[in-house]
Amino acid sequence: MSDSNNDIKLVDAPDGVSGAGFFATSFEKVIGLARKHSLWPLPFATSCCGIEYMATMGSNYDISRFGSERPSFSPRQADILMVMGTIAKKMGPVVKQVYEQMAEPRWVIAVGACASSGGIFDTYSVLQGIDRVVPVDVYVPGCPPRPEQILDGLMRVQELAENESLRRRNSPEYQALLASYNIK
Amino acid sequence: MELTNENVLGKIISKFGEENIWDAFSPDGIMTITTNRASIIDLIQYLYDDEELQIRFLTTMCGIHYPDHKGKELCVMYQLHSLRHNYRIRIKVFMPADDAVMPTLTNLYATSNWMERETFDFYGVKFVGHPNLTRILNIEEMEYHPMLKQYPLEDQTREDKIDTYFGR
Repeated sequence: MSDSNNDIKLVDAPDGVSGAGFFATSFEKVIGLARKHSLWPLPFATSCCGIEYMATMGSNYDISRFGSERPSFSPRQADILMVMGTIAKKMGPVVKQVYEQMAEPRWVIAVGACASSGGIFDTYSVLQGIDRVVPVDVYVPGCPPRPEQILDGLMRVQELAENESLRRRNSPEYQALLASYNIK
Repeated sequence: MELTNENVLGKIISKFGEENIWDAFSPDGIMTITTNRASIIDLIQYLYDDEELQIRFLTTMCGIHYPDHKGKELCVMYQLHSLRHNYRIRIKVFMPADDAVMPTLTNLYATSNWMERETFDFYGVKFVGHPNLTRILNIEEMEYHPMLKQYPLEDQTREDKIDTYFGR
């Protein structure tokens, strides 16, 4: 057959102790590794950034190569909420509800100036950043950002997912953060 | 009778009196008159009922804000159309900003239901007697009326959104 199998890049094993016939590492690292390479994004796209995201999904940039295969258009089993574009104030409760319907652990990327800060739309109807409604992990700058920047944002969430402590979501700090957004 | 601005104005004034109808002019061919809160509903009802005029279509109504006009900052404008005669008329009612109250027109024109809700939403004019006077286009929790000519920043401490960046 072809020699293309040589091109396949495997993920490096986490630090651990190996010997004849066994390999031992911490549970946290294994879970982190699995989470890092199986992120499932939920795109919430409203405007120009959403179009850039479509390019990011296409074959040139191929967001799927990070294990984020097939963006989920449902909060069920999705773990990254990617908010792209201008969110009107009337849309704020919708974003929040989608976030609440996702199961822990979940991350949020705000893509572009509008989702991050309201952008140029300093008007009565536009939410001045989705961090007024849900906690955000990564902000992607740009108006709109190029697909490379969106991929960079995704890779930063991968870093967060890999290194996150398993107990973080139970910590009082995290509970207080969610409580400050009035989420459960 | 052919409907001309003079004829119609004469009819209205003879019915309602000079003290209730004033400032008649035709800025773009459409006669525009000013009246007061007490006569507006009766006036529109009269225009509807009168057999000669038959002004029976409410084209539009909306609020206007003149922040510099002391004592009459807010205005509600009605534009009516006689489909029978293809004749248009515009009626304005001014009121002070701290007394933004109007009688509802929904008993005559059902279509004013939506327009009055919109005017309340954007200008804060309260329409007495409206069956469901709540916000219609903006989010319910909004604490201001966005079409009033006041443009405060949401967060005065933000430096990325100072006025000079927005041409103000």
